[in-house]
Amino acid sequence: MQISKRVEKMQPSGIRAFFDLVLGMKDIISLGVGEPDFVTPWPIREAGIYSLEQGFTSYTSNKGLYKLRLSIAHYLKHNFSLDYSPEDEILITVGVSEGFDLAIRAIVNPGDKILIPSPGYVSYGPITELAGGVPVYINTKSDGFKLTQKTLEKHIDKKTKSLIFNYPNNPTGVSYTKRELEKIRDVLVKHNLICISDEIYGDLTYDFNHVPFATLAGAKNNTLCLDGFSKSYAMTGWRVGYAYGPKDIIAAMTKVHQYTIMCVSITAQMAACEALHAGRKFVDEMKREYKRRRELICDGLNSLGLECIKPDGAFYVFASIKKTGLSSMGFATRLLKEQKVAVVPGTAFGKEFDGYIRISYASGYENIKEALSRIGNLLKCLKNQKRKSITGFI
Amino acid sequence: MDELLEILEKDARTSVEDIAKMLRKKTEDVKKAIKKYEKEGVILKYKTVINKELAKDGEHEVRALIEVNILPQKDLGFDKIAERLYLFPEVTSCYLVSGTYDLLLIVEGKDMHTVARFVAEKLSPLENVRGTVTHFLLKKYKEDGVILKHREENKRIAISY
Repeated sequence: MQISKRVEKMQPSGIRAFFDLVLGMKDIISLGVGEPDFVTPWPIREAGIYSLEQGFTSYTSNKGLYKLRLSIAHYLKHNFSLDYSPEDEILITVGVSEGFDLAIRAIVNPGDKILIPSPGYVSYGPITELAGGVPVYINTKSDGFKLTQKTLEKHIDKKTKSLIFNYPNNPTGVSYTKRELEKIRDVLVKHNLICISDEIYGDLTYDFNHVPFATLAGAKNNTLCLDGFSKSYAMTGWRVGYAYGPKDIIAAMTKVHQYTIMCVSITAQMAACEALHAGRKFVDEMKREYKRRRELICDGLNSLGLECIKPDGAFYVFASIKKTGLSSMGFATRLLKEQKVAVVPGTAFGKEFDGYIRISYASGYENIKEALSRIGNLLKCLKNQKRKSITGFI
Repeated sequence: MDELLEILEKDARTSVEDIAKMLRKKTEDVKKAIKKYEKEGVILKYKTVINKELAKDGEHEVRALIEVNILPQKDLGFDKIAERLYLFPEVTSCYLVSGTYDLLLIVEGKDMHTVARFVAEKLSPLENVRGTVTHFLLKKYKEDGVILKHREENKRIAISY
């Protein structure tokens, strides 16, 4: 069968085989999951059930339930003093994933360059290419996985259209203070670039307050923000997110959205209303829990001698395993087969990140502690092997 | 509430070392804080939540909620009579409540007969007790925030971006 050239060109994920290996194994401890281990708080689930009982089973407006858009507008106003109109500046999407696809399709002309700091979430590059754009990856490794004014400036040319900016970041957990963000804003405003700001982990920022990009002075007109309920409210499976930004971009996104998706499931939208209405205390509780786990896992990795930058947010640690001499895939595979612990190899987020693994601490204390001790076992085992092979060589 | 208490309330067996790591404090300081809470009576006891229906020893305890109507005493109100009641070992909880009755007791006994005897012989004859209504518990679903069911299985897929 003749498959579209564009799709054929898309690289299948290099670590699909590893994922399959994990999915085929039983009784493993998984620190490889990109979603909360909590179940959606009951009042939110109950609101979904109630909406079904009441017979809310129809389409909604393409843009999403007005009630939900209004609640989001209130939320933005109340928490960040941001003014967005529920009429035409907010769009309900199938998670940030769809929001991102829409944003790219709405702004990219063939050949436009899109800046993507790496390591970053896996869909940014492929979706950009699918829309005819050219992803330009900015490796942030030498700056402690942080995008700096200098490196950003270096990658901009006449063809550059936009920056995809995800903070707190998946897979590193790195985030930015207001001052750091202002430096990024200066560059974007100077070159009139659009910031597609993926702030899905914004609520899960531990040591300082998350600063939405749109709140930075002078940035609002250049910012399209993608957010949602998946991570902070533990609602990944509901698939409901939202985008807010300038009218023209939201209108363009809505055009694509109305033909492809029509609208987000009404049940999920009703549940999301309840999340905004009564879910805050659950978010705070889960956040405190993640923060404690972060301390536990960073301390554990440090005492095992595995370097990692302490994450500011999200629930991931991007740890270096370079000293083991193994590749990311080699390490992750042995950890899985010998110790029954699953993590994601760093190469999932770009070839350059061989030597790293992404560890998710969205897991209970007991799991985290047991996994750390098993990682320790593997490290010991590797050390002994090295010793043996050296003596053997002599 | 202090986060230290939040951690212990969820799992009293969390080690002092782990708590220190989670809160980025010195182990010594956590130990001291816990000691202080114990001394002040903020932390009263460390208990285990047991699902007695599954503790296969053949002994099923019977529980009853008892509404008690009280004639309050001059100068003492309900406190003195409440104390007289809660000191009975059968009484596992005792609350003063608003509404149509005054004290709510939770009483435990090895069978219905024991509980009935407690009501008839100890509770009702008291001078200040004007009347009681006894509700035997038939099934426990949730207690002190714990749902009495087997552990739920993990529903997440084992790996994802």
